[in-house]
Amino acid sequence: MSQEHPNSAAEVEHSHAEVFAALGDETRLSLIAKLCDGQPYSISRLSEDSKLTRQAITKHLRVLESVGIVHSVRRGRESLFEFNPQPVEEIKEYLDLVSEQWDQALSRLKAFVEE
Amino acid sequence: MTNTIEKRIELNAPISRVWRALTDHREFGEWFRVKLDSPFIPGETSRGKITYPGYEHITWEAVVQKMEPEQLFSFTWHPFAIEPDVDYSAEPPTLVEFRLEPTHDGTLLLLTESGFDNIPAGRRPDAFRMNDGGWTEQMKNIENYVTRAS
Repeated sequence: MSQEHPNSAAEVEHSHAEVFAALGDETRLSLIAKLCDGQPYSISRLSEDSKLTRQAITKHLRVLESVGIVHSVRRGRESLFEFNPQPVEEIKEYLDLVSEQWDQALSRLKAFVEE
Repeated sequence: MTNTIEKRIELNAPISRVWRALTDHREFGEWFRVKLDSPFIPGETSRGKITYPGYEHITWEAVVQKMEPEQLFSFTWHPFAIEPDVDYSAEPPTLVEFRLEPTHDGTLLLLTESGFDNIPAGRRPDAFRMNDGGWTEQMKNIENYVTRAS
Protein backbone atom coordinates (compact mmCIF):
# COMPACT_ATOMS: atom_id res chain seq x y z
CA MET A 1 0.00 0.00 0.00
CA SER A 2 1.18 3.50 -0.74
CA GLN A 3 1.71 5.63 2.34
CA GLU A 4 1.77 8.86 0.37
CA HIS A 5 -1.75 9.80 1.20
CA PRO A 6 -2.36 9.55 4.91
CA ASN A 7 -5.95 9.91 6.01
CA SER A 8 -7.02 13.30 7.07
CA ALA A 9 -9.45 13.49 9.96
CA ALA A 10 -12.19 14.46 7.53
CA GLU A 11 -11.71 11.29 5.57
CA VAL A 12 -11.98 8.86 8.47
CA GLU A 13 -15.13 10.31 10.04
CA HIS A 14 -17.77 8.26 8.28
CA SER A 15 -20.56 6.37 9.88
CA HIS A 16 -20.22 2.63 9.75
CA ALA A 17 -23.55 2.50 7.99
CA GLU A 18 -22.31 4.61 5.10
CA VAL A 19 -19.34 2.31 4.65
CA PHE A 20 -21.60 -0.76 4.76
CA ALA A 21 -23.93 0.84 2.25
CA ALA A 22 -21.07 1.80 -0.05
CA LEU A 23 -19.94 -1.83 -0.02
CA GLY A 24 -23.45 -3.16 -0.67
CA ASP A 25 -23.18 -3.02 -4.44
CA GLU A 26 -21.74 -5.56 -6.83
CA THR A 27 -20.13 -3.04 -9.16
CA ARG A 28 -18.37 -1.26 -6.35
CA LEU A 29 -17.20 -4.54 -4.86
CA SER A 30 -15.79 -5.57 -8.21
CA LEU A 31 -13.95 -2.24 -8.44
CA ILE A 32 -12.53 -2.79 -4.96
CA ALA A 33 -11.50 -6.30 -5.93
CA LYS A 34 -9.34 -4.78 -8.67
CA LEU A 35 -8.01 -1.94 -6.53
CA CYS A 36 -7.12 -4.40 -3.76
CA ASP A 37 -3.76 -5.14 -5.37
CA GLY A 38 -2.57 -1.80 -4.04
CA GLN A 39 -1.81 -0.20 -7.41
CA PRO A 40 -3.34 3.09 -8.47
CA TYR A 41 -5.78 2.62 -11.37
CA SER A 42 -7.04 5.06 -13.94
CA ILE A 43 -10.71 5.08 -14.87
CA SER A 44 -9.78 3.74 -18.32
CA ARG A 45 -8.08 0.72 -16.80
CA LEU A 46 -10.97 0.13 -14.44
CA SER A 47 -13.43 0.31 -17.37
CA GLU A 48 -11.43 -2.07 -19.58
CA ASP A 49 -13.34 -5.32 -19.11
CA SER A 50 -16.51 -3.76 -17.83
CA LYS A 51 -19.87 -3.29 -19.52
CA LEU A 52 -20.29 -0.03 -17.68
CA THR A 53 -19.53 3.36 -19.13
CA ARG A 54 -16.71 5.48 -17.79
CA GLN A 55 -19.35 7.82 -16.36
CA ALA A 56 -20.98 4.99 -14.43
CA ILE A 57 -17.63 3.80 -13.10
CA THR A 58 -16.72 7.33 -12.09
CA LYS A 59 -19.97 7.64 -10.17
CA HIS A 60 -19.27 4.43 -8.26
CA LEU A 61 -15.70 5.52 -7.54
CA ARG A 62 -17.01 8.78 -6.12
CA VAL A 63 -19.26 6.85 -3.74
CA LEU A 64 -16.27 4.81 -2.56
CA GLU A 65 -14.22 7.99 -2.26
CA SER A 66 -16.96 9.68 -0.23
CA VAL A 67 -16.55 7.09 2.53
CA GLY A 68 -12.76 6.94 2.27
CA ILE A 69 -12.49 3.47 0.72
CA VAL A 70 -10.65 4.91 -2.26
CA HIS A 71 -8.47 7.96 -2.68
CA SER A 72 -7.99 9.75 -5.94
CA VAL A 73 -4.71 11.31 -6.93
CA ARG A 74 -3.99 13.49 -9.95
CA ARG A 75 -1.31 12.35 -12.31
CA GLY A 76 -1.00 14.81 -15.15
CA ARG A 77 -4.45 15.18 -16.66
CA GLU A 78 -5.64 11.88 -15.25
CA SER A 79 -7.18 10.89 -11.93
CA LEU A 80 -5.87 7.68 -10.45
CA PHE A 81 -7.71 5.74 -7.77
CA GLU A 82 -6.18 3.80 -4.89
CA PHE A 83 -7.72 1.49 -2.32
CA ASN A 84 -7.64 2.46 1.35
CA PRO A 85 -8.42 -0.56 3.58
CA GLN A 86 -8.99 1.44 6.75
CA PRO A 87 -12.78 1.99 6.57
CA VAL A 88 -13.28 -1.70 5.73
CA GLU A 89 -11.07 -2.71 8.65
CA GLU A 90 -13.05 -0.42 10.91
CA ILE A 91 -16.41 -1.93 10.09
CA LYS A 92 -14.94 -5.40 10.41
CA GLU A 93 -13.67 -4.54 13.89
CA TYR A 94 -17.02 -3.01 14.73
CA LEU A 95 -18.93 -6.14 13.66
CA ASP A 96 -16.47 -8.32 15.56
CA LEU A 97 -17.05 -6.22 18.67
CA VAL A 98 -20.84 -6.47 18.41
CA SER A 99 -20.55 -10.19 17.71
CA GLU A 100 -18.35 -10.70 20.78
CA GLN A 101 -20.82 -8.78 22.96
CA TRP A 102 -23.59 -11.10 21.79
CA ASP A 103 -21.52 -14.19 22.58
CA GLN A 104 -21.09 -12.93 26.12
CA ALA A 105 -24.75 -11.93 26.52
CA LEU A 106 -26.00 -15.27 25.18
CA SER A 107 -23.71 -17.24 27.47
CA ARG A 108 -25.15 -15.29 30.41
CA LEU A 109 -28.66 -16.06 29.10
CA LYS A 110 -27.76 -19.75 28.91
CA ALA A 111 -26.51 -19.79 32.50
CA PHE A 112 -29.61 -17.85 33.57
CA VAL A 113 -32.23 -20.19 32.05
CA GLU A 114 -30.37 -23.40 32.89
CA GLU A 115 -29.71 -22.66 36.56
CA MET B 1 -17.89 -11.22 6.81
CA THR B 2 -21.44 -10.17 6.05
CA ASN B 3 -23.58 -7.30 7.16
CA THR B 4 -25.62 -9.58 9.44
CA ILE B 5 -24.64 -11.18 12.72
CA GLU B 6 -26.08 -14.65 13.30
CA LYS B 7 -25.85 -16.75 16.44
CA ARG B 8 -27.29 -20.12 17.25
CA ILE B 9 -27.34 -21.54 20.74
CA GLU B 10 -28.93 -24.61 22.32
CA LEU B 11 -30.46 -23.99 25.72
CA ASN B 12 -31.27 -26.81 28.11
CA ALA B 13 -34.49 -25.18 29.25
CA PRO B 14 -38.10 -25.37 28.07
CA ILE B 15 -39.17 -22.83 25.47
CA SER B 16 -41.57 -21.21 27.96
CA ARG B 17 -38.65 -20.58 30.32
CA VAL B 18 -36.54 -19.03 27.54
CA TRP B 19 -39.44 -16.89 26.36
CA ARG B 20 -39.85 -15.48 29.85
CA ALA B 21 -36.12 -14.77 30.17
CA LEU B 22 -36.25 -12.83 26.90
CA THR B 23 -39.47 -10.89 27.26
CA ASP B 24 -40.00 -10.28 30.96
CA HIS B 25 -38.15 -7.00 31.31
CA ARG B 26 -36.79 -7.87 34.78
CA GLU B 27 -35.52 -11.26 33.65
CA PHE B 28 -34.08 -9.78 30.45
CA GLY B 29 -32.29 -7.25 32.61
CA GLU B 30 -30.76 -10.00 34.79
CA TRP B 31 -28.75 -11.61 32.02
CA PHE B 32 -28.43 -8.61 29.73
CA ARG B 33 -27.30 -6.48 32.67
CA VAL B 34 -29.68 -3.59 32.36
CA LYS B 35 -32.28 -2.27 34.80
CA LEU B 36 -35.32 -1.54 32.64
CA ASP B 37 -37.97 0.94 33.73
CA SER B 38 -41.05 -0.83 32.37
CA PRO B 39 -42.32 -3.97 30.60
CA PHE B 40 -41.67 -4.56 26.91
CA ILE B 41 -44.58 -3.47 24.70
CA PRO B 42 -44.42 -3.73 20.88
CA GLY B 43 -44.06 -0.32 19.30
CA GLU B 44 -42.82 1.30 22.48
CA THR B 45 -39.40 2.44 23.52
CA SER B 46 -37.81 0.55 26.36
CA ARG B 47 -35.28 2.38 28.52
CA GLY B 48 -33.09 1.60 31.44
CA LYS B 49 -29.68 1.84 32.99
CA ILE B 50 -26.87 -0.55 32.14
CA THR B 51 -25.85 -2.52 35.24
CA TYR B 52 -22.66 -3.93 33.70
CA PRO B 53 -19.80 -2.84 35.98
CA GLY B 54 -18.15 0.27 34.62
CA TYR B 55 -21.01 1.14 32.28
CA GLU B 56 -23.64 2.16 34.83
CA HIS B 57 -23.79 5.73 33.52
CA ILE B 58 -25.10 4.56 30.17
CA THR B 59 -28.75 4.54 29.17
CA TRP B 60 -30.05 1.48 27.36
CA GLU B 61 -32.67 2.16 24.74
CA ALA B 62 -34.50 -0.02 22.26
CA VAL B 63 -37.82 0.02 20.41
CA VAL B 64 -39.71 -3.23 20.80
CA GLN B 65 -40.93 -4.53 17.44
CA LYS B 66 -42.52 -7.98 17.66
CA MET B 67 -43.54 -10.29 20.47
CA GLU B 68 -44.95 -13.53 19.06
CA PRO B 69 -45.17 -15.82 22.08
CA GLU B 70 -42.49 -18.50 22.21
CA GLN B 71 -41.51 -17.78 18.62
CA LEU B 72 -40.17 -14.32 17.96
CA PHE B 73 -39.03 -11.36 20.01
CA SER B 74 -37.47 -8.41 18.20
CA PHE B 75 -36.35 -4.88 18.82
CA THR B 76 -34.40 -2.13 17.10
CA TRP B 77 -31.53 -0.35 18.83
CA HIS B 78 -28.08 1.06 18.43
CA PRO B 79 -25.95 -2.03 18.93
CA PHE B 80 -24.02 -2.02 22.18
CA ALA B 81 -23.90 1.75 22.18
CA ILE B 82 -21.51 1.80 25.07
CA GLU B 83 -18.99 4.52 24.29
CA PRO B 84 -20.35 7.65 25.99
CA ASP B 85 -18.46 10.02 23.71
CA VAL B 86 -19.71 8.49 20.47
CA ASP B 87 -22.77 9.96 18.81
CA TYR B 88 -24.77 6.88 17.90
CA SER B 89 -27.60 8.92 16.43
CA ALA B 90 -25.48 9.08 13.27
CA GLU B 91 -25.73 5.30 13.00
CA PRO B 92 -28.90 3.56 11.89
CA PRO B 93 -30.76 1.41 14.36
CA THR B 94 -30.22 -2.27 13.72
CA LEU B 95 -32.86 -4.98 14.06
CA VAL B 96 -32.31 -7.71 16.65
CA GLU B 97 -34.44 -10.85 16.33
CA PHE B 98 -34.60 -13.74 18.75
CA ARG B 99 -36.30 -16.79 17.23
CA LEU B 100 -37.09 -19.83 19.30
CA GLU B 101 -37.63 -23.44 18.27
CA PRO B 102 -38.37 -26.36 20.58
CA THR B 103 -35.88 -29.23 20.53
CA HIS B 104 -35.96 -32.70 22.19
CA ASP B 105 -34.42 -31.50 25.40
CA GLY B 106 -34.75 -27.77 25.32
CA THR B 107 -34.80 -24.77 23.05
CA LEU B 108 -32.88 -23.62 20.03
CA LEU B 109 -32.31 -19.88 20.02
CA LEU B 110 -31.43 -18.16 16.74
CA LEU B 111 -30.30 -14.60 17.04
CA THR B 112 -29.83 -12.28 14.10
CA GLU B 113 -28.81 -8.66 14.04
CA SER B 114 -29.21 -6.94 10.69
CA GLY B 115 -29.45 -3.52 9.10
CA PHE B 116 -25.91 -2.28 9.62
CA ASP B 117 -26.14 -0.71 6.18
CA ASN B 118 -29.45 1.11 6.69
CA ILE B 119 -28.49 4.67 6.24
CA PRO B 120 -31.35 7.14 6.41
CA ALA B 121 -32.98 7.67 3.02
CA GLY B 122 -32.28 11.40 3.09
CA ARG B 123 -28.55 10.80 3.34
CA ARG B 124 -28.44 8.13 0.68
CA PRO B 125 -27.25 9.36 -2.73
CA ASP B 126 -28.72 7.64 -5.81
CA ALA B 127 -25.61 5.61 -6.35
CA PHE B 128 -25.96 4.14 -2.84
CA ARG B 129 -28.93 2.04 -3.90
CA MET B 130 -28.52 -1.42 -2.58
CA ASN B 131 -27.72 -4.34 -4.75
CA ASP B 132 -27.55 -7.49 -2.70
CA GLY B 133 -26.03 -9.73 -5.35
CA GLY B 134 -22.57 -10.88 -4.60
CA TRP B 135 -22.24 -9.08 -1.31
CA THR B 136 -21.23 -12.04 0.81
CA GLU B 137 -18.81 -13.52 -1.68
CA GLN B 138 -17.10 -10.24 -2.45
CA MET B 139 -16.93 -9.29 1.20
CA LYS B 140 -15.02 -12.51 1.82
CA ASN B 141 -12.49 -11.49 -0.83
CA ILE B 142 -12.12 -8.08 0.67
CA GLU B 143 -11.84 -9.49 4.15
CA ASN B 144 -9.09 -11.82 2.97
CA TYR B 145 -7.32 -8.87 1.51
CA VAL B 146 -7.70 -6.75 4.61
CA THR B 147 -6.54 -9.58 6.85
CA ARG B 148 -3.49 -10.07 4.70
CA ALA B 149 -2.70 -6.36 4.61
CA SER B 150 -2.93 -5.81 8.34
